[in-house]
Amino acid sequence: MEITEIQERVSKILAENLSVPEEKVTPEARFQEDLDADSLDLVEAVLALEEEFGVSIPEEEMEGVRTVGQAAQLVASKLEPSTQA
Amino acid sequence: MSDRRASVALVTGASRAIGRATALALARSGLAVAVGYRSDPEGAEEVAAKASADGGRALPISIDVTEEKSIEGAFTRIESELGTVRVLVNNAGLSKDGLAVRYPTEAWDATVNTNLRGAFLCSRRALRGMLKARWGRIVNIASAAALRGNSGQSAYSASKAGLVGMTRSMAREVAIRGITVNAVCPGFVESKITAVAGDELRQRYIEMTPAGRFGTPEEIAGVIAFLAGPEASYVTGAILSVDGGLTA
Ligand SMILES: NC(=O)c1ccc[n+]([C@@H]2O[C@H](COP(=O)([O-])OP(=O)(O)OC[C@H]3O[C@@H](n4cnc5c(N)ncnc54)[C@H](OP(=O)(O)O)[C@@H]3O)[C@@H](O)[C@H]2O)c1
Repeated sequence: MEITEIQERVSKILAENLSVPEEKVTPEARFQEDLDADSLDLVEAVLALEEEFGVSIPEEEMEGVRTVGQAAQLVASKLEPSTQA
Repeated sequence: MSDRRASVALVTGASRAIGRATALALARSGLAVAVGYRSDPEGAEEVAAKASADGGRALPISIDVTEEKSIEGAFTRIESELGTVRVLVNNAGLSKDGLAVRYPTEAWDATVNTNLRGAFLCSRRALRGMLKARWGRIVNIASAAALRGNSGQSAYSASKAGLVGMTRSMAREVAIRGITVNAVCPGFVESKITAVAGDELRQRYIEMTPAGRFGTPEEIAGVIAFLAGPEASYVTGAILSVDGGLTA
């Protein structure tokens, strides 16, 4: 899977989960400041991402994640190496 | 409206006593009930059969709350056979009495693992579906021993007091999503353990209790069913004593 495709799917799911318009969910968008997501919103979003991509994202690895792009990168790093760009 | 959404309940340790009465009460209130058991499938079958005979829907389900694999397996099976768990009653519990000075480490671990860690693991798993549904009920069965000390019950009291603390924090986390988390603290309730206790001990327990008698499993189950139901939608983080005045 290409990183751009991953990014698109991640944005779509985040938009749904955080109830924000998809155009706001750019790679640069910051969860807290730009998308108004609190910690519970974020946890739910991660659960949805795990489900969508069939991956497991440990809580520790979410700690440094501030933006949508970083979340997409993290998801990409969890996918099978063969399916990565 | 809420009743319809709250259609599936899981009660752990439901093959006898309080868990059994709770499974039956929830089934009577219209929920499909997963009757959790660890070592007694026949007991769980009997509970499920009785629930069905009363016009309810119930499924015996093997679940050991100390094993994450077992919890995952049980939830997966409930989800495929009944639906998403919207009501979780953490009832599975263990009490091994003994004075602290000679209390075995293994007994401490088993007590805390079952009563506290087990309730956490089941809640964590159940919250996934509840958060999605924006509706859920978790009822933790703590004990009067969480609120007042009992000689010989350091481990048990600690585990149940821990459960009370967990109840309060978790309630705050998920209240905004329409999920309530409450604890019930029973006093002395008729059970296998209290039945085998000697007459003298039974008499002492009765004297300690202002109501002058043991509670019945049904008297605990009624309060649990209330907390699990639509009428308790604004009750969360509550620690409810059901103990005949023992801790009053
Ligand atoms: N009875 C009382 O006076 C009283 C007072 C205060 C609080 N409570 C609490 O109320 C709850 C129910 O107690 P009870 O007296 O009605 O029943 P109980 O006779 O003590 O039975 C406890 C139930 O929990 C199950 N259980 C134990 N370890 C388990 C595990 N690792 N995984 C899954 N299930 C497990 C048991 O099944 P197995 O036997 O198959 O393991 C049994 O069905 C407990 O949490 C207890 O601490 C009871």
